[in-house]
Amino acid sequence: MTRVIRCLIYRDLLVAWRRRSDVAVTLAFFVIVVSLFPLGVGPEPELLRQIAPGVIWVAALLSSMLSLGRLFEADHADGTLEQLALGAAPLGVVVSAKALAHWLVSGLPLVAIAPLLALQYDLPAGLYGVLALSLLLGTPVLSMIGAIGAALTLGLRGAGVLLALLVLPLFVPVLILGAGAVEMAAAGVGGQGQLLLLGAMLVLAAALAPWASAAALRISLE
Amino acid sequence: MKWFWYASPQTFFPLAGTIARWCAAAAALLTAAGLYIGFFVAPTDAQQGEVYRIIFIHVPAAWMSMFLYLVMAFWAALGLALNTRLSAMMAAALAPTGALFTFIALWTGSLWGRPTWGTYWVWDARLTSELILLFLYLGFIALRAAIDEPRRADRAAGVLALVGVVNVPIIYYSVQWWNTLHQGASVSFTRAPSMAATMLAGIILMALAFWMYSIAVSLTRLRCMIREGA
Repeated sequence: MTRVIRCLIYRDLLVAWRRRSDVAVTLAFFVIVVSLFPLGVGPEPELLRQIAPGVIWVAALLSSMLSLGRLFEADHADGTLEQLALGAAPLGVVVSAKALAHWLVSGLPLVAIAPLLALQYDLPAGLYGVLALSLLLGTPVLSMIGAIGAALTLGLRGAGVLLALLVLPLFVPVLILGAGAVEMAAAGVGGQGQLLLLGAMLVLAAALAPWASAAALRISLE
Repeated sequence: MKWFWYASPQTFFPLAGTIARWCAAAAALLTAAGLYIGFFVAPTDAQQGEVYRIIFIHVPAAWMSMFLYLVMAFWAALGLALNTRLSAMMAAALAPTGALFTFIALWTGSLWGRPTWGTYWVWDARLTSELILLFLYLGFIALRAAIDEPRRADRAAGVLALVGVVNVPIIYYSVQWWNTLHQGASVSFTRAPSMAATMLAGIILMALAFWMYSIAVSLTRLRCMIREGA
């Protein structure tokens, strides 16, 4: 079982490495969205400090969603997905491995670059840790819930927009908890409560979401 | 009652027509009675004046919007578990009505909010979660509409409804929590707990009317879907 997961993650990372520009585009999207907000709302540092957690989190949501379309698409197109579904490993395990690889490629870079963007928003240095930690706990949940949406819309016309409609409402709790953690820490109350709840959501999503996406994938592959 | 006899679209078709007719008649009667009580019998509210009368539409619509999502998820689950075509069609037939009631609840809520709170919209926990519920309904309808093959559409929408129903409480509590976090914008939503008996009667009658309407409309929609062979 662990061998299957290791193989799949290695393979997906290799594929992502060979098509580095896809990863870079997602990251660039994240940076651009975050950079657009000051242009829209004005450069007042006080205001920017206040909206920073929310803006960074919304941008993380959008860019994570943007890359979801690729989660199963290429494997579906060349038939690999059918082989994986026929294979001995349970489809739920395959889906978890793919979601994890998706997070390593599209979520982890966001966690790494977020403090840099927080710098642009003049967020106090003490909050970088909380912001990074909230993204570290929250973005895997986005990948796992997103995998359900990606499996449901696999191979449909207009799948991208549909995916956004299906998945974004389900992302709401992660957004609230993630941005809330940073805001609470900024208010000096500490964001432990939110971070713990984010961790709980991560565990819950890891336990339940792969089976839902496996069921959805089976329906799409029929 | 031969449940599985009626699980076939062909045999359910005439029964659905009969039920829909009776429910439509009941809905018309109950609406007339409920609106009469609401507009003419129920006393004017001491604090809010006549404005409050919108609750006779608003509260039942909000109840129905949440209840119909549960009913829809129930039929979707049944359709996935037993692989009965009719259950999935039932779920699909309920979705537009649920979305309609969600929209009515939001619409009448903002009409009530303008004179009472002084604004059409506040990011109150209930309003926000109702809005997200509307998105969930729209997602369900859009996913079904995007898939051409009916079998796949039924089952994919069923999975989505189940994922949604697991998430609804999580979304509701997180939004409520978010709302208490941002105290500044919240408006106190404390109505007098003691409601006149006639007001309660009006609300109950309207809720029953909306039930009957939902059954009538969704069964009629189901009949259309059976006819179309979708």
